[in-house]
Amino acid sequence: MAFSEDSGCGYQNFNFFLAEKKSAKAVADSACSWPGAPGVKLTARRSSLDHYFPSEVLLGIAGKDFVILAASKAAMRGPTVLKAEDDKTRQLNKNTVMAFSGESGDTVQFAEYIQANAALYSMRNDTELSPAAVANFVRGELARSLRSRSPYTVNLLLGGIDPVSEKPHLYWIDYLASLAPLPYAAHGYAQYYCLSILDKHHNPNISLEEGLKLLGLCTDELKRRLPIDYKGVLVKVITKDGVQEIPFDNDKIVRSA
Amino acid sequence: MSRRYDSRTTIFSPEGRLYQVEYALEAISHAGTALGILAKDGIVLAAERKVTSKLLEQDTSAEKLYTINDNMICAVAGMNADANILINYARQNAQRYLLTYNEDIPCEQLVRRLCDLKQGYTQHGGLRPFGVSFIYAGYDHLRQFQLYQSNPSGNYGGWKATSVGANNASAQSLLKQDYKEDCDLKEACAMAVKVLSKTMDSTKLSSEKIEFATVGKTKDGKIYHHLWTADEIDNLLREQGLAKVDDEPEAGDIK
Repeated sequence: MAFSEDSGCGYQNFNFFLAEKKSAKAVADSACSWPGAPGVKLTARRSSLDHYFPSEVLLGIAGKDFVILAASKAAMRGPTVLKAEDDKTRQLNKNTVMAFSGESGDTVQFAEYIQANAALYSMRNDTELSPAAVANFVRGELARSLRSRSPYTVNLLLGGIDPVSEKPHLYWIDYLASLAPLPYAAHGYAQYYCLSILDKHHNPNISLEEGLKLLGLCTDELKRRLPIDYKGVLVKVITKDGVQEIPFDNDKIVRSA
Repeated sequence: MSRRYDSRTTIFSPEGRLYQVEYALEAISHAGTALGILAKDGIVLAAERKVTSKLLEQDTSAEKLYTINDNMICAVAGMNADANILINYARQNAQRYLLTYNEDIPCEQLVRRLCDLKQGYTQHGGLRPFGVSFIYAGYDHLRQFQLYQSNPSGNYGGWKATSVGANNASAQSLLKQDYKEDCDLKEACAMAVKVLSKTMDSTKLSSEKIEFATVGKTKDGKIYHHLWTADEIDNLLREQGLAKVDDEPEAGDIK
């Protein structure tokens, strides 16, 4: 068996409600911290969280033979939208995609570091890493980073199809290096609005069409409840044939109650 | 002047050979035979144990067959002290891969890592190559059951049946004759003892003289590897009619 680097491996101790897990620390840190912000301050470098928005949306849905990853398209700094067509995903190999949110700069740097390592592995060994192997590699890198002087503050969803079994895999990974394989997952505030919907409507055998419909329910709810315009989502679908960006209707108008 | 090109491992001779590597190969060809046979549902490794003295404690542990990880084993021919270094290296690498990816290392990758190390000793000066050849038997979900062989030069290859050590040429030709595509593990075991009995000096075998190990799949699809006990080996020998009769003194035995 693997020797786990952390005492609390993400499999067992996964706590869905981040706010509760970290609230004590967040309160201790400062009063100006956003409630339940995934990026509670870690080091002196991150003394101010004013510019950090956990309102980035990451959603993942695994179905019968596919995984959908959706990431909000707004690149924000504080309350300012810098860009409305941001791509918060990177393809790691033929059948694995990673979506990321968190401290800007950290996110892309970390994602491309992982991307390069996955590519190096493929070149050296003439085989691709399975999604499960990539997820564990990412977790290891985050665990290492967490214990360094300047850790990455990145939250991730990793989706892929295992090339051998052709089964879909979705992993939820946060910057504390928790890893959880899940049928559906969300990061940031999207968790509070979408998990209940997914709880009710998801089952592991849904088709891609049903999956996209379910994603629509989630984005509608986000538009209804989130006070921030996240500029719609970019949707990537992973099947056994590879990765595809799916056109998604982000212009639908949803009225708040 | 004859020592001009063979005192250093890293110097080519005028014919373009590396003498130290060839001497290492020569050292191995005096070691006890080891062989491996790939079957459709598993792999068998068998090795000849050289009994050096009656006084030597016959301890139960294997001296030529080693487990590397949960789904790989190997047989050694050559210098045991050198082999220990390499086996330790292989085990560490296998565990490091498992720690990083939470998956067992693919067989060929591990073989390649060991061979990269072996190769280093044929190129960097002032060092002696490892005097060992290995036969590796393993399983991974990419390529199912696999059998590899490597030597001191750092070369390796995948085989259906292969042998290293003393008489490996005759063992190899016997394997070539007897090997059947899609034979099962049981047939492979029978073939292994048969070939071993012909290449070893003594015609009658016993569990003291050989070691046996198999890699296979259980009914529920789990991979197992198993180092055979003395009783299991004796049973197989009896089935194949190759067992030594207990009270028949062997030539060279001091009674």
